[in-house]
Amino acid sequence: MLKIKNLHASVAGQQILKGINLEIKAGEVHAIMGPNGSGKSTLASVLAGREEYEVTEGEVEFLGKNILDLSPEDRAREGLFLAFQYPVEIPGVSSNNFLRTALNQIRQYKGLEPMDAVHFLKRMKEKMSLVEIDQKLINRSLNEGFSGGEKKRNEIFQMAMLEPKLAILDETDSGLDIDALRIVANGVNKLKSKDNATIVVTHYQRLLDYIVPDFVHVLYKGRIVKSGDKSLAMELEDKGYDWIKVDVDGVVS
Amino acid sequence: MIDQLIDSFKKFELQLNGASKNSWHQIRKKAMESFSEKGLPKAKNEEYRYTQLGRILDKKFQFSDLSMVGRDSIHGENILFHDADAYHIYINNGIVDKEINSSLIANGLIILTLQEALGKYPKDIEAHLGNYSNKNNDAFAELNTIFSYEGVFIKVEKNANIDKPILLHYSGTDHLNQSIYQSRNLIIVESGAQVEIIESYSSFEKEEYFSNHVSEIVVEANAHFNYYKLQNQSNKTYHVDNTYIAQEKDSVVTSYIFTLEGKIIRNNLNFALEDQNCETHLFGLYVAHGDNHIDNHTVVNHKFANCFSNQIYKGILDDTAKAVFNGKIFVQPDAQKTNAFQSNKNILLTDTASMNSKPQLEIWADDVKCSHGCTTGQLDEEQLFYLRSRGISKSSARGMLLHAFVDDVLDKIKIDFLHDFVANEMNNRLD
Repeated sequence: MLKIKNLHASVAGQQILKGINLEIKAGEVHAIMGPNGSGKSTLASVLAGREEYEVTEGEVEFLGKNILDLSPEDRAREGLFLAFQYPVEIPGVSSNNFLRTALNQIRQYKGLEPMDAVHFLKRMKEKMSLVEIDQKLINRSLNEGFSGGEKKRNEIFQMAMLEPKLAILDETDSGLDIDALRIVANGVNKLKSKDNATIVVTHYQRLLDYIVPDFVHVLYKGRIVKSGDKSLAMELEDKGYDWIKVDVDGVVS
Repeated sequence: MIDQLIDSFKKFELQLNGASKNSWHQIRKKAMESFSEKGLPKAKNEEYRYTQLGRILDKKFQFSDLSMVGRDSIHGENILFHDADAYHIYINNGIVDKEINSSLIANGLIILTLQEALGKYPKDIEAHLGNYSNKNNDAFAELNTIFSYEGVFIKVEKNANIDKPILLHYSGTDHLNQSIYQSRNLIIVESGAQVEIIESYSSFEKEEYFSNHVSEIVVEANAHFNYYKLQNQSNKTYHVDNTYIAQEKDSVVTSYIFTLEGKIIRNNLNFALEDQNCETHLFGLYVAHGDNHIDNHTVVNHKFANCFSNQIYKGILDDTAKAVFNGKIFVQPDAQKTNAFQSNKNILLTDTASMNSKPQLEIWADDVKCSHGCTTGQLDEEQLFYLRSRGISKSSARGMLLHAFVDDVLDKIKIDFLHDFVANEMNNRLD
């Protein structure tokens, strides 16, 4: 589904990603872990098409297409979804209007008719109960005045509504209490299928108790320095990141 | 230029015949005295610092022709809102169209030309005409006072509730290129009365003219007044609006200014809260493009205790457009327990658009709540990216954010046909 080859990217002249290689197949869950500043969020942003990041080398192929030339909206329309680390508040834009516009522009891209109001509302209701989000939140302006947990839950709700092929959860767990974490993870698990894939970017192993990854990758200094299964995450939880740093920096120096 | 004006004023006096002795003319003379001392605002005039109207007008317009105005017939069916459910008054080149005027009959509503009112309601004219504009010493208001000889007089009688909005259509059909038109209103809303008035400005032809408007408005005790201005002239029109609103006890006034088109537009909106428990709302929305220049100056003068005022002005500036906002709030020593709020927010769509925003609060009382805030910036990149990352095109995302920006002002419009027009214009402009 997703093939990342030798990806280099910089922001404001500073090289952050220094050769990422990663392949993700349908039905898989990949966790990307790593210490602060290792490039985790940069990778998520580059995949979603944030414009201040410049790809200096490498390729990203998504469902057989080179997505690096696509606009952020076209990447979303191809089926890529980024759950933001810090979802933005947009006063004056209703969640309803926002989701309907998004859904119908994605459908238009695929050559489908716009979804009518009845079906749209039906889907809203269905997905709201799936991620346990309150109607009251949806009636407000997008993310306006939401708590941290409500914002993250709203990201998962949007993901449920848009049904992406590949979801990238950028530190969706940070700042959540156990109840919120459980709800968010439940939502993600229910949306999982053999046709879609998930990248979970996280600093903490805790989330992976709820969303069980098939693969765990450790990102450090802009490269994936170690890959394994979920036991790697356990090891990181026990020993921290220092042994990885020693490993890598030792080799380099 | 002053010499030209004095000359022109003498010619004008001759045309007035016997009328040069009446009370109105005494007001003119007073304004003339004050004006001839200072002339149009000079380059260093603080009030006109960002809007150098004085110099531009002096170069472009013939001040010797001020007393001569073309009396063209106008074509109602071409005018915006001509079929709206309202009491219609047409003012072309500053001249009130009398024929249409005579069909206006409602209980408790009196609409006359100022000339007619001088005969029928001399006390009102004496008490109010020029009373507010002359105090203010604005050169353009004085110019208007000196040369206007027609105008609209509206009186809403005690406790009358007018069923439909009064719609004043202002237009210019400029056959004498580069003319100057004066239009003037005196509006009295008596105690307990309730009325909505719309001033709609448009132009038929895209020729240069300068329209110089003054409205003096008295809102008596416990009266309710909703006041709308829609400024949608051509991109060659110069327009100055001086509006003075005096509010008495327990009155509630809401003003709305929507500015959509004009070469240079300057609005001086002055509120004087002359007694306790007045409530005042000021809403402004300007959407400027090309080389539009839109300048809003507001004054809210809290003179007595327990009054409330709130102003929200918002602007979207495209191309090389310029805008100015200057909001003065005075809280006088007796105005304890005042609540006065002000906000001015602007979005610049290009690097070449510019905004000058200046809040100015002068507070002389100690037990008050006042706040002001102004922001000017580009569309928020984070918000744009968020919307786009969900599959929404860049242009739709931009439109959504701009709509979100203006909607809280649009939602305040209480007249459907006006709301629909402005909302529709926004759609066309923003998407």
